[in-house]
Amino acid sequence: MSNEIAILGVGMHPWGKWGHNFVQYGVAAAREALADAGVPWQDISFVSGGATIRCGYPGYVAGATFAQALGWQGAEVNTSYAACASGSQALAAARNKILSGESEVALVVGADTTPKGFLAPAGGYRPEDPDWVRFYLGITNPTYFALYARRRMDLYGDTLEDFAAVKVKNSLVGSKNPRARYRKCFSAEDVAASAMVADPLRLMDICATSDGGAAIIVSSLEYARRIGKADAPRVAAISTVTPTFASSVVEMPDIATDSAAAAGVEAQAYRASLPVKAYEEAGLGPSDVDLAEVYDLSTALELDWIEDLQLAPRGEAAALLRAGDTALGGKIPVNVSGGLACFGEAVPAQALSQVCELTWQLRGQAGDRQVQGAKVGITANQGLFGHGSSVIVKK
Amino acid sequence: MSQKPQVPAIEGWHTMAAQPHLIGTQCESCGTYFFPKQSDYCRNPKCDSTEFREVELSRTGKIWSYTNACYKPPAPFVAHEPFEPYAIAAVQLEKEQMVVLGQVIEGVSVEDLKVGMPMELVLEALHETDDDIKVTWKWQPAAQ
Repeated sequence: MSNEIAILGVGMHPWGKWGHNFVQYGVAAAREALADAGVPWQDISFVSGGATIRCGYPGYVAGATFAQALGWQGAEVNTSYAACASGSQALAAARNKILSGESEVALVVGADTTPKGFLAPAGGYRPEDPDWVRFYLGITNPTYFALYARRRMDLYGDTLEDFAAVKVKNSLVGSKNPRARYRKCFSAEDVAASAMVADPLRLMDICATSDGGAAIIVSSLEYARRIGKADAPRVAAISTVTPTFASSVVEMPDIATDSAAAAGVEAQAYRASLPVKAYEEAGLGPSDVDLAEVYDLSTALELDWIEDLQLAPRGEAAALLRAGDTALGGKIPVNVSGGLACFGEAVPAQALSQVCELTWQLRGQAGDRQVQGAKVGITANQGLFGHGSSVIVKK
Repeated sequence: MSQKPQVPAIEGWHTMAAQPHLIGTQCESCGTYFFPKQSDYCRNPKCDSTEFREVELSRTGKIWSYTNACYKPPAPFVAHEPFEPYAIAAVQLEKEQMVVLGQVIEGVSVEDLKVGMPMELVLEALHETDDDIKVTWKWQPAAQ
């Protein structure tokens, strides 16, 4: 396919609460990715950064910030902000540059330093800001995750034990990932003993926020051949579609959904629309997928994603989980990196870290986490304000 | 019971009647509803209207999903001391074809709720100031 690009190198700074400047994580990840690719920094002609909005001006211009930190060498730069999909949008910008012939080889990088405690909106009386309104009414982020989880319980018969089993599964495999922040194996009893946050979700069902950095070196297929990497994994598809009116699921930070009352308008589920474009673009279907990295902001959300990616019929993801099919060694392993459960969210780096994991898996370099014979992997994530992404990587 | 006056926590989002309604808008051209009110541009991609009328939304609907809040949210939420958990419901309005979030009235918890259960809109205190009681819309199981 003409729209494929090669993944020559990947790198990640371990996730954690290290308390350093975000630039340091991005530089470490970029240097690891450059070394992995065997590409000199001076040869990179495009630097595409995922923005962080929590680290001041350098975060808003992350592409330039990383280019300066690695040493100005004249490369063109870009910075993308798309909430949790920022990394994928930065990757898409690099792909466009490469496919247009303007750049042969590019660095895509995202990193974040997260503050401690709750993220809260600015004060005052500001009813025009939906984020202010929902906090005033006592509706926090876990509220939304819990609404989705409780709906699964009532509609499909999912149980608290199912949600805990997702955490147990992800913590087991994440314990084998040296880049994960949480590397302890948790039992179902540990999850059940953690505090209830938003019924049915307990503290251990909900992901934390972390510091981290991830980077990817991508190139034209011609460049990859020239440096002897013709068999490198390829980005086969990137979907960053927005929702279609009327969005049927109430999303952070909104207090209500769109109305589907007008003639000719149907309620549409956004998450499920994300992989559709990716499958079409790659010319692949769910049955071709060997493993998936999905955005498990909560344990229950992993089950929603499995159905949104069409890896199970609607309502049947828990059955897949119970059969062990989504675990390492199962039919369709999900989140063999350990997922957000083991990493915590580092927003501009997270979507890139999913692609890093797929790259290691497709190269057969994932060690104790290796999915045997993996040839096709898919990612999925969703963030605020109509942002989301799904990327397909293939051998 | 306090004798302080009851005032809306958020001005203009609901009526103060005994049987209250949320106040939204409806596009004059395509009929799409908006809550909170939208009076500048229609977000239906097939419609470019800028004309809206203010409407009272249905005050009954069915539960889309529900949860509770076991941890005290950060400001601007004003918590009772000690903090008391409360339930939250997402309620589907049939005519408007939309889902609206809100707290559930005191004394009703997740054990009392179920997807599909009929709910109705009421007013209840959100918090008290020195001068008044700030009330807001809440959902309660509908009288059968």
